[in-house]
Amino acid sequence: MPDELNHLPLIQRVLAREKANPGALLPILHAIQAGAGYIPDSAIAEIAHALNLSLAEVHGVISFYHDFRTTPPARHTLRLCRAESCQSRGAEALAAQLREQLGLDDHGTCADGSVSLRPVYCLGACACSPALELDGQVHARLTPERLQALVQSCREEVKAC
Amino acid sequence: MLNLCIPCDSLARAVGADLVAEALVQEAARRQVPLTIKRTSARGMYWLEPLVELESSEGRLGFGPVMPEDVPGLLDALATNPDAHPLALGPVEAIPYLHTQQRLLFARAGITRPLSLDDYHANGGFEGLRKAALLSADEVVSAVLDSGLRGRGGAAFPAGIKWRTVRQAQATQKYVVCNADEGDSGTFADRMLMEGDPFLLIEGMIIAGLAVGASHGYIYVRSEYPDAVRVLNEAILLAREAGYLDVAGNGLAFHLEVRVGAGAYICGEETALLESLEGKRGIVRAKPPLPALEGLFGLPTLVHNVLTLASVPVIMARGAAFYRDFGMGRSLGTLPFQLAGNVRHAGLVERAFGLTLRELVEGYGGGTASGRPVKAAQVGGPLGAWVPPAQFDTPLDYEAFAALGAMLGHGGVVVADDSLNMASMARFALQFCAEESCGKCTPCRIGSTRGVEVVDKLIASTDPAYRQSQAGLLRDLCDTMQYGSLCAMGGMTAYPVSSALKHFPADFGLATTEAAQ
Repeated sequence: MPDELNHLPLIQRVLAREKANPGALLPILHAIQAGAGYIPDSAIAEIAHALNLSLAEVHGVISFYHDFRTTPPARHTLRLCRAESCQSRGAEALAAQLREQLGLDDHGTCADGSVSLRPVYCLGACACSPALELDGQVHARLTPERLQALVQSCREEVKAC
Repeated sequence: MLNLCIPCDSLARAVGADLVAEALVQEAARRQVPLTIKRTSARGMYWLEPLVELESSEGRLGFGPVMPEDVPGLLDALATNPDAHPLALGPVEAIPYLHTQQRLLFARAGITRPLSLDDYHANGGFEGLRKAALLSADEVVSAVLDSGLRGRGGAAFPAGIKWRTVRQAQATQKYVVCNADEGDSGTFADRMLMEGDPFLLIEGMIIAGLAVGASHGYIYVRSEYPDAVRVLNEAILLAREAGYLDVAGNGLAFHLEVRVGAGAYICGEETALLESLEGKRGIVRAKPPLPALEGLFGLPTLVHNVLTLASVPVIMARGAAFYRDFGMGRSLGTLPFQLAGNVRHAGLVERAFGLTLRELVEGYGGGTASGRPVKAAQVGGPLGAWVPPAQFDTPLDYEAFAALGAMLGHGGVVVADDSLNMASMARFALQFCAEESCGKCTPCRIGSTRGVEVVDKLIASTDPAYRQSQAGLLRDLCDTMQYGSLCAMGGMTAYPVSSALKHFPADFGLATTEAAQ
C-alpha cells in the first residue's frame, strides 16, 4: 500500500530515537500512532528488526492493548465512560442514545468516517459522572442534550466538507 | 486588583473551568478592571467546580459552581459585596467538607500551582527529602517501617518491609516503579495528586531511590490521564533543572521517566505493569519471585502506588510517630477517600482511617444526588464489594472491611441509589473481567465468561428451582475465581458478584431466604 510507505520516515525516526531505551516497545508504538494516527502494517517488520523481536511478538503487543489501532481512525473518537460511577448516573441510557443517534454498536464507526465510538472504563472524572472523552478532551456532568450537541458538532463538520 | 484562583485540574476543566477563566479575563478587560488568575490544583470539592476563589484579607473566598454566564454578575459582586453573591461560599477553608479533613498528602490541594517550585517550597515541599538526605538509608527504611505505612494500591502490604527487602537485595541496578495506572473506576486521587502536586510524587520517589539504592525510577501512568502525563513530564524537567534529580545528598543521580500505558486494566497489577514496562504484553507473572527481588528486567524493584510514595515525604518531614498517630489498629495514617457516583457532594476526603462509611457517604457525601434512597456503595473500585446501608457503620479500616468480605482498596467509594440493578452490576463485573483478563490463568479467563452466561440464564429464567441452581453455580464459580486465580483481577471479581448476590437477591429474582444460604 503506497500510503503506508509514507509513514516510513516517521517510523525510522521514532526507532532511531527510542530503540536503545530499555523496554522501548510501548513508547515506540505510542509515538508511531501519535504521528500516523494508527500503527501501519509496514511498521511491524521495522520495529521487529530494530528491537530484535519476532513479528509475532510485536503483533502480540499491539493486539493486547486496547489503545493501539491498526487502521486509520475516524475524524472524531468518542469514548463514553461505562464504569460503575458513570453507570450510577445514567451512562447506560447515554450509551443507548449514542447507538440510536449514530446507528452504531458500542465499538462502531460511522460509514462517513466522522465518528468512532469506543467504550472506556474510567476517565478519573467519577466525581462529576457521567463523563466522556471526545478527541482527548473530557466532558463531565453529561446530559442527554449535551451528548446530542457534541455528536451533532462532530457530524456537521462532515456535511460542511 | 482582583486576584483569583481557578483550578487547572482536568475534571474542573471538564466542567468548564477554562471557559470561566477566559470569560473572567475578557469581561474584566472590557470593564478595565485589573485582574490576575492563578491556575491552581483542585480542592477536591468537585460539586462546587468550577470553583473560583478570591484572595482576600480573610483568606480565600469561594464562589461556585460558576458558569461562564455568571461572570458579569460575579465581577459586579467582587467589586462591591462579594458575600452577597448567590454563589458565595465564604472562606473556602472554613467549608466543613474541607475543614474537617486531615490533609497530609493533599495539604497543598487547591492552594499551590502544580508546576511552581516556589509554591511547593513555600508550602513545605522538599522538607522530607532534606531530612531524609541527612539520614542513612537504613534509618530512612526504619522510619517508613515505624510509620506503619501500608501499600495504598489496595493490597495494603507494609511498605517498610518492601523497602527493607529491596534495600538488602544485592544487585548492580535497582528500580523504583510508581504504579500510576489508576484503572479502578471510582478512584481519582492519583490523578488529582499527579496533576495537582507532581513534585510530591517526585520527592517521594527520590527518597525511595536513596533508601533502597535505586538510581532509576519509572512512573507508569495510564493513557486515560494525558494531563497527568504532561504535568509529570514538565515537573521532572523542572526538578532536574533545579538539581533535585542529580545529586540528592549522597551523590546518587536519579533518573526518572514517565511511561504511558495503553488501555489495559490488568497493567495496574504490579507484575503485569512490569511486563508492560519491559515492552511486553501485560501478562501477570507468578509470584514468587517477588518483584522486590526479581522485578523490572529481573532486578530488585520497589513497586508502589502513587499515594504510597507520596506519603513518604510527610513521614520524613514530620516523623514516623506523627504519621502513625493517625488511624486505628493496623491501618495507620490517612487515606484520601474518593466519593463518586450518585452522591450529592462528590470529591476527595482525606481522613485518618477509622471514620465510618456512613460518615463518608451520608456526612460528607450528603446522600444521593438523585435524592432517592442509597441502595449500596461499592468500596475499593470495580473489584470491591457492594456494601448495603445496613453495614455502613463499619469503620473504614483494612481489617474491618476484610472481615465483611469486602476491601478498602484504593479508597474509592461509588454510591448507587435504588434505581441501580445489582444483578446487572454483577454481570458487568464479570463482563469487565472477561474483557480485561490477561488470560494467563483459567479461573479468571474462563470463569468470567462462564459467569456472564450464568447470570444471564439466572435472570432470564422464570423457574424458581432453576434460578436457585444457577445462583448456587454462581456462588461456586465466585469461590473458584477467588481462591484459584493467579492475581487479584480474577480473585476479587468475586467480591462485587457475591456481595450483590448476597445482599440484593431480589435483583436476581431470588427470594431472600435462598440468598442467605
